[in-house]
Amino acid sequence: MRRLRGFGRFWWDFVVGDDWLVAALVIVAIGATAAIAAAHVVAWWLLPFAVLLVLWLSLRRAVARG
Amino acid sequence: MNATFLVLSAFLASTVEMVEALTIVLAAGLARGWRSALAGLGAATLALAVAVAALGPALTVIPLSGLRLVVGGLLLVFGLQWLRKAILRASGFKALHDEDAIFARELAEAETAARVERAGVDWYGFTLSFKGVLLEGLEVVFIVLTFGSAQGSIPLAAAGAAGAVVLVAGVGIAVRAPLARVPENAMKFAVGVLLTTFGIFWSAEGAGAHWPGSDAALLGVLAFVVAASLLLVRVLQRERRTRLETIGVEA
Repeated sequence: MRRLRGFGRFWWDFVVGDDWLVAALVIVAIGATAAIAAAHVVAWWLLPFAVLLVLWLSLRRAVARG
Repeated sequence: MNATFLVLSAFLASTVEMVEALTIVLAAGLARGWRSALAGLGAATLALAVAVAALGPALTVIPLSGLRLVVGGLLLVFGLQWLRKAILRASGFKALHDEDAIFARELAEAETAARVERAGVDWYGFTLSFKGVLLEGLEVVFIVLTFGSAQGSIPLAAAGAAGAVVLVAGVGIAVRAPLARVPENAMKFAVGVLLTTFGIFWSAEGAGAHWPGSDAALLGVLAFVVAASLLLVRVLQRERRTRLETIGVEA
């Protein structure tokens, strides 16, 4: 069980890293892009601006944590 | 154009990771003997080859749109990690990556660890080298497989990575010292930008969005990510300067 938890922890750290909020917001942004595209509305612009916002929020959190 | 970016991204990411792996193998070899360090290097390389051989063909059978959605999302999360750290380093909020300092620390730890022999090799030296190469190599494998499969050319991405491995190993054997002069921090910044760019491009395509200008839009996304990253560095640099001035320290 401990090894399984360690294995999961490794992959979590490997992919998600220091800030889980980045992964969560990226999933939300991709989902929103898919929803807009499914409604036949131009959707390419959403992800670049979402990424800028996510990066800014994550940097603020890192700076605040010191 | 995308092929050039693909090879460049795999090459840069692999160079950075291999420089870090070389530092660990050198520390293990000098402190614990080359036999155990090289055995660890060989075992890790074998494990990485098995991972590529198992996952590579599996990825090629997944439909491209679904693959790009998943791979793009993973690359985006992964790339933002790199970019975030690179921006924090460039703005002074995080210490710069120093290969000489890391080498000195690894060497000191390896020299003081107790000696335990297993199967004829020093276990500490073996595991230090094995873990170092495996962990750094996993990032290379991840990048090669995701980039290669989403672009439909794993061999091309693998060629970029192989070029980096040969170059770093060759220079490492020649100088027998950590490659501290490699501009690692700038390269990590570039890798973060490229991973994020491809992540945005592919995940948007996978989600059903259509880029204006098709593949040529990749250049526009790249320019946007570069500009946004440099802007964020500038903003954080100014904030750090203000903070230091507030507490009476000259930046």
